Parts: sequence; structure tokens; C-alpha cells
Amino acid sequence: MTNDVLIQLLAAFLFTVGMLVVLLRRDTIMVLMGIELLLNAANISLVAFSKSGGMIDGQLQVFFIITVAAAESAIGLSILVNLYRNFGSIQTQSATTLKG
Amino acid sequence: METTYSSLPLLILISPLIGFFINGVVYPLKLKGFAKTDPNTAGGTATFFIGLSFIMACIAFSKLAGGGDNPSLTSYCFEWFNFGGLNIPFELRIDKLSGTLVMIITGIGTLIHMYSTSYMHDEECVGRYFSYLNLFCFNMLLLVMGNNLPLLFFGWEGVGLCSYLLIGFWYTDTEKANAGKKAFVVNRVGDLGFLVGMFLLFRELGTLNLPEINTLLANPEVVTRILPSVTLICLSLFVGATGKSAQIPLYVWLPDAMSGPTPVSALIHAATMVTAGVYMIARLNPLFELSPIALSVIAHTGAVTALFAGSIAIAQTDIKKVLAYSTVSQLGFMFLACGVGAYQTAVFHLMTHAFFKALLFLGSGSVIHACSGEQDMTKMGGLKKYLPHTHITMLIGSLAISGIPFFSGFFSKDEILYSTIALPNGVSYLFIIGVLTAMLTAFYTGRMMSLTFYGSERLSHDVKHHLHESPALMTFPLYVLAGLAAFGGFLGVPHLLGNFMGHMPHFLSHWLSPLVPAKELPLVAVKLPLHEGVVMAGSSVIAVVSFFAGIAVFKKIQFISDAFKGLAPLQKLLSNKYFIDEIYSVIVVGPIKKISVFSGEFIDKYIVDGAVNGLGRGIRSLGGTFRALQTGDIQSYGLLMLGGVLLAVLFIFKALV
Repeated sequence: MTNDVLIQLLAAFLFTVGMLVVLLRRDTIMVLMGIELLLNAANISLVAFSKSGGMIDGQLQVFFIITVAAAESAIGLSILVNLYRNFGSIQTQSATTLKG
Repeated sequence: METTYSSLPLLILISPLIGFFINGVVYPLKLKGFAKTDPNTAGGTATFFIGLSFIMACIAFSKLAGGGDNPSLTSYCFEWFNFGGLNIPFELRIDKLSGTLVMIITGIGTLIHMYSTSYMHDEECVGRYFSYLNLFCFNMLLLVMGNNLPLLFFGWEGVGLCSYLLIGFWYTDTEKANAGKKAFVVNRVGDLGFLVGMFLLFRELGTLNLPEINTLLANPEVVTRILPSVTLICLSLFVGATGKSAQIPLYVWLPDAMSGPTPVSALIHAATMVTAGVYMIARLNPLFELSPIALSVIAHTGAVTALFAGSIAIAQTDIKKVLAYSTVSQLGFMFLACGVGAYQTAVFHLMTHAFFKALLFLGSGSVIHACSGEQDMTKMGGLKKYLPHTHITMLIGSLAISGIPFFSGFFSKDEILYSTIALPNGVSYLFIIGVLTAMLTAFYTGRMMSLTFYGSERLSHDVKHHLHESPALMTFPLYVLAGLAAFGGFLGVPHLLGNFMGHMPHFLSHWLSPLVPAKELPLVAVKLPLHEGVVMAGSSVIAVVSFFAGIAVFKKIQFISDAFKGLAPLQKLLSNKYFIDEIYSVIVVGPIKKISVFSGEFIDKYIVDGAVNGLGRGIRSLGGTFRALQTGDIQSYGLLMLGGVLLAVLFIFKALV
């Protein structure tokens, strides 16, 4: 198994962990952290492909993702603050106003 | 055939429409209300515009008279519609047949507008009345001048609408409003037949333009091709004619239509609109000639209607009802003439009938006016000395309708009677029916005159107090029409008599022959061995005897059953119009009402509403099932999203590999 494959497996592992955190943890902060994991798993994958492919595109893409991730966490955290103000809790199951 | 393009037909048509617009829109807008138009202004405006039409019609007519063999004036206005091979231009045409009708419509129309100005003077909403009357003239002219069947049908419907509006002019009276509705609904039945006939004709010939139809029918190949369906076409068109022209079985609306103002009865329900069916058949005579069966149906319907309505007229007490049934009966005569193939004679009778029946209606209007709205003849009597002008003119009209020699009705009626046995399509028993009807006609007309003008005075005190002869504006049209009713017949003197009068020709026959071919009447009839002179003399004697018998008998009594007690059941049958209205209400109106109630109570409630409500309920319960998906839990949405993305990836992956 070459390094390339191993690094892609690492990215896939991180992605799976992030996904499980997002779907399973009830704490909104943890969900946000899961999202960070997802994004960074993608970053690792992109950088690795970029290195092995000898092209700069993937690395460039990563800069964008880091920027977006920063904006995302800022908005995510402010939503979280409002969530706490409105529902008195940051558990995901407390915000079910849209239940049909 | 020479066709001259001219704007005259269009101008003749538009003039009453302008009158309608002024009385119907301009005055009400200016004065802020319908009821505020001054009666004289409204009447004057309406009369002016129809009079203008008449003057232009005279010019057009003189152009026709000066023109060659078969002259016509045509106004091509625009293409009305054109699709699927059906090209209908908005084209008006005055030829010798429609020109004659246009003269009658505008001429009598003008007189009746003039008369109405005085007759309707004290009514409310006179502006509305005159706008309707002008609109009617517009539609009637369109019917007559339209150069294709859809345009004719447009006018046909338009006159129906105006008839409805004018019958129900006093709409606050429920009975009168209902009479209008009845006329409209019964006419719808006929119109359906007309439409079906038109569609079939289009399928067979591919055109609905009247000149093209006649050209095509002159081609023997086309004739052989359409021969199988021609009877159906003719009968469908005839159904339309029975509706508009009040023939059995659709005549029931006409007697009820008498609840409209009397000048309306004179114009619409005697002189013009009700003769539309006869005009249509005369116009399409090459088509009807192809179907002996349809012609026979027309002749029989006409003859039976003539006798049937004539017998009802004997027992009526309402002066307008007598005239209404008389009109139905005379229309039957015209159809009888059409049915035996004497189209020219039908048009001739149409014309003389327009003269004398308009006269009689206007005369009866004058009587009603004088008697403060009383229409019951049993409450009149002895009016001769109070209403000298009305009396003398109505007497002339009565002599004309009865067929007293040398009055107009004599010539036309005699020609019809003789045609029924002298033409190859004739049937001898229809002649007998015709003679019987002629006898009845003279008799009930005599009765009407006697009950109204002669005999004992049966007026109530109040009525007598207000009794007055009508003003000149009303008596002038009466005298003009009386002149026409007296001398109009000389336009169609039969050859037999013409030879005695310095070889006077049959003017109308010569006039119409390019469009409505003349049929040579042999001197001795083919169906019954009778000489034309014998028929003429015989019918004259019958007319004179019946008319004066009618006058003499009813000087003292009001019903035949007063003198002959045995006839009381007959009297009851006749005065109740053979209970036809009751029979119709049981076999037609009743079931239709039941179907309507069934539709409303069951079909609408359970099937239509059920379908709509059921659909709603179904969707709602489906939503109830799916709402469980909307948990409100953000993480289950996330899971679903993941599933969706995975499926999409799988799908794309499969597609790529």
C-alpha cells in the first residue's frame, strides 16, 4: 500500500468520524466540530491528490475551503448563541419547531 | 349575375345601430339614467335613424330596379373568420330578394317607430324601449342582408335577443318576464336545428356563403354527391324555421309574446322576425328543391299549423291573442306555399301579411290605447263611432287578411291555395285544409271586428270616460299601412286576372325570378280538376260569406257556444288552446324540471361535489402519512440528506462505469 492510498484512507476515516459526530452527537457544539472534521478530511484528500497529481488546483481549493470553514464556524456559533437564547439549551432535540 | 360593390348595404345596416347607441348609451350617460330621456327625443332619434335607413334602402332598391338581369349591391367589410377551409367574410348583399325584405323592414319599421313615439309616450324608460327597437332593426337587416349563413345566424340570434328584451320590456311583471324567457328558450330549441343544418351543409359543400351554395347546387355532380344527406340538412334547417317562425311544435311562444308592447308585436311578431324562417327557405330554395320529403314535411306542418292556430283564434277573447294565433296561422300558409314549391308565393304572402298584420296590430294597439289598456274584446263593442280612423283602417286590414277580392291578402292567399293543387309537389287534401283555414280566417277576423267595433257597448264606465281617438302620429302609420294592405296585392296579379286589367304582369314574380325561380301554374290544376278561375271565385265567395257571417253572428253574442249550447265543450277546448301549454308542461317541462332537480340534488351534490371533496380528503390523508417524515429533528434530516447524496453518487458512479 503506497503512501497515497494510506493518506486517502486517513481522509476517509476522518470524514466518517466527522459524519458520525454530526449525525449522532446531540450537543450543537459537537455538531459544529464534526463539520470542521468533515471539511478538514476533504482538505487532506485534496492536498494529497494535488501532491500526487503534480497539479496546484487541489491546494488552491483548500484555501477556499479554509476560508469558508472560518465563515461557517462564525455563523454556526452565532446561531448557537441564538439557539441558547430562544430555547434555553443547545441540545439539537430542543429545536424541533418545524416538526410536521 | 352582376355584383356591384357599394357602401349602401353597410350604411343601411349601421344607421339603426347608431340610433341604438345614442338611445342606449349616449343619452343615459349624458342624463345619468335610463329613465330620464325625454320620450319625444328618444322616439325622434330612433325614428330618424330607421327612416334614414329606409331612404337609403329606397336608393338601393331603385339601383336594383335599374340594374340588369340579376343585380346586387354588395358591401365587403372585412374577413370575419377564416380557418379549416371555412372562410366567412363580413359581407352584406342586397339583391332582389333581400332588397324586398329590406324595404319591408325599414319601411314598416319606420312607421312603427313613429307610432311607438306616441304609443309609448307615457311609459317609463322610453329610451330603453327605442334602443331595443333600433337594435332589433339592425339585427333583422343583418339577417336579411348577410351574405353567408353564419352572418344570417348572427342576425337570427340577435333578433331573438331583442324579441326577448322587448317581450319582457315591463320586466317587473313576472308573467311578462316569463313570457320573454319562454320565447327565448323555445327559440333555442329551433336554433339548435339551424346550427346542425348549417354544420351538415358545411360538411357536404365546404362553404356557407349563399352565392357559392347556389352555384354549387347548380352543378349536377355536386347534387348527386350530397343527395343522400340533403333531406337531413333541410329538415334541420326547417326545425330552426319552426322555432323562429312559430310553427308546430314550437309555436307556443308566439301567443305569449303578446305581453310585450303592441308596436313590438306588430314589428317583430307579425311583420318581420317571424317571417325569417320563410325568408331562409326562399333564400335556400335550390337546396330545398332537392328534397321532396323535406318539402312535404314543410307543407304538412304549415297546413296543420294554419288550421290549428286558425281554430284557436276563433275562441280567444284577448284581441292581441286573436291576432297572434292569426299570425301563426298565416305563417303556416307561407310554409305551405314553400312546401309545395311556390317560394315566390310565400314571399308574396310574407309581404302582404307584413302590411295587413302590422296594420291590424297597430290598429289593435290604438284600440287598447283608447280603452285605457283593456285588451279583452268582451269588454269592448261599439267602438266604431268613437274611433273612426282606427275603425276604417282596421276594416281594410281585416278585408285584406280575409281575402276579400282585390285587397292584398286575396291575391297572395289565392295564389297559395291554387299552388297547392296546381304544382307537382302539391297535395289535394292540403288544398282542402287551406280552404278551411281561409274560411276560419275570414270568420275570426269578422268576429274580432264585430266584438270590437260593432254590436253593443260593453265598456266599463271608467274606460268610456277616457275613450279617445289616437293622435295623428298613430293614425298616420295606420293609413299608410291601410293603403299598402289595400293595394299591395296588385304587385302580384295572377295572369288570369291580369289579362282583364290590360295585361297587368305579375310584378313580384318577374322581380324575384332570377333568385327564386317562377313556377308556371297551369290554368287547370293537376291534383284536382279545378280551373284557376273556379278556385278564385270559390275562395272569394267563401271569404266574403265567412267574413260577414263573422260580423253578423257576433253582434249579439261573444262566443259560438252562446248560440249553440252543444258547442260549449268545443268552445272550452279552443279557448284553452287545445290545452297544448298544459300538455307541454306535463310531457316536456315537467320531466326537464325533474332532471334538473335530480342533477342539482343528486348528481351535483354527490357526484360532482363528492369528487371534489373526495380528492381533497385523499390528498389530506396522504399528507397525514407523509408528515411523519417531518420530525423537526435536524439530525434526521441530515441522515436523509446523507442517504440522498450516497444514492446520487452511486447513480453517477454506475453511469460512468
